[in-house]
Amino acid sequence: MWGNKKSFISVRDVVAIGIGTAVFFVLMRFLAIPTPVSNTTINLGEPWLSLIGAIFGPIVGFLVGFIGHALNDTASGWGVWWTWVFADGVLGLLLGLTKSRLKLQSEHLTKKKIIFFNIWQVVSNAIAWFLIAPLGDIVVYKQPAAKVFLQGIWAGIGNIVAIAIVGTILLVAYSKTRTRSGSLKSED
Amino acid sequence: MNNNSFNLAYRDRGTWLDRASGATKLLAFIFLSGISMIVLDTRFLIFLVILSLIVLKISRVKFSEVSFLIKLVVFFMIINLLMIYVLAPGYGAQLYHSKDIIFGSGPYALTKQELLYLVNISLEYFVAVPLALIFLLTTNPSEFASGLNRIGISYKISYAVSLALRYIPDVTKEYQQISLSQQARGNEISKKAGFFKRLRGAAAILVPLLLSSIDRIESVSQAMELRRFGAKKKRSWYFAEQLKAVDWLVLFIVLLIMIGGVILLVVNGGRFWNPFIH
Repeated sequence: MWGNKKSFISVRDVVAIGIGTAVFFVLMRFLAIPTPVSNTTINLGEPWLSLIGAIFGPIVGFLVGFIGHALNDTASGWGVWWTWVFADGVLGLLLGLTKSRLKLQSEHLTKKKIIFFNIWQVVSNAIAWFLIAPLGDIVVYKQPAAKVFLQGIWAGIGNIVAIAIVGTILLVAYSKTRTRSGSLKSED
Repeated sequence: MNNNSFNLAYRDRGTWLDRASGATKLLAFIFLSGISMIVLDTRFLIFLVILSLIVLKISRVKFSEVSFLIKLVVFFMIINLLMIYVLAPGYGAQLYHSKDIIFGSGPYALTKQELLYLVNISLEYFVAVPLALIFLLTTNPSEFASGLNRIGISYKISYAVSLALRYIPDVTKEYQQISLSQQARGNEISKKAGFFKRLRGAAAILVPLLLSSIDRIESVSQAMELRRFGAKKKRSWYFAEQLKAVDWLVLFIVLLIMIGGVILLVVNGGRFWNPFIH
């Protein structure tokens, strides 16, 4: 970790963005549970994004969301819908802000922290899917408001449910694998 | 599990598109899809559709490679158009400041303006999809990273993108193995299970995938650190290519199209071409 202190991302962050994006992409592709509204699926990439954000912080969160969604759109063939790509990046960024509060690497994941995480993820999803994605669609693609808000709200609710259930399970599972600081004591 | 669309991959088809540099194709893709988002002039969009279909033809991508995808896109497009019509039947009239009813009455009367708006939306799909396909199918993933770096994106980010492309097949394989072993233990994630059961089943796949991916991040980053990745401000690329005549020609044509788009914005006095007001 030395030698990189001045750079805005460390080597570990670069690898986290790369592999995090690969996992995000695979989950978006294979583990999407369809919903009745067009173009929207309950997407299990988002719980993964919430975990990556909580471990690695906002920059990694933004880039995993942005690059992962852009790659998925390109490979899906419906063209890249930049407004939604950007909204996913913002979601990753906002979820990454939980890093300093949760301190998954060194501290226990208390009930209080889980509640904080879930309240924050609802706020983040609301900003990304109820505001940024539909407003972007209206401004950039000139789509009618009623349609994009319906799509945005539907996708947002799906993501909130997915992160509340799967995201929380992932956080707990990850936290259990970490060694706490102070778990070692020097012998007298 | 649907693998059809995942098999879309780069293959050298021996055309000039394969020889053009990754940076050129990336710039052309971003600028052309960008201008098609901004200039919603029906004539301009038709021109872009024809152009991108011609380039798709030139790229020697076989129809059978993309037919599955095209069906999917047409399906999504139709749902999208229906949704727009159901939720906002008067949106076209509002955009074009006029109303010429073709048939029907009441709020769901079909107007010429709404029809033109829906045609615009469909055309946007037919621009965006071939462009994305051409870019995806003619660009070598390794060269793509050096292309990103060349257009000014930090090499660390470019390298992260190339790592992502490198690990997608590995992660896919791992995901499939975990998924099969979870299914062998009776974990139902198919359509037969209810919604919440599926979510919990998904979590059972995600936890092992997550733990192994985090391990992978640790070991790869340690290996890269041992090789002093990130020590210098610049990095050279094995796949870096000098821009050739064909690259400059492509970029020149893209520039002409961009200028054409901007002129249309000025002439139309806005983003839409309005044939209804004289």
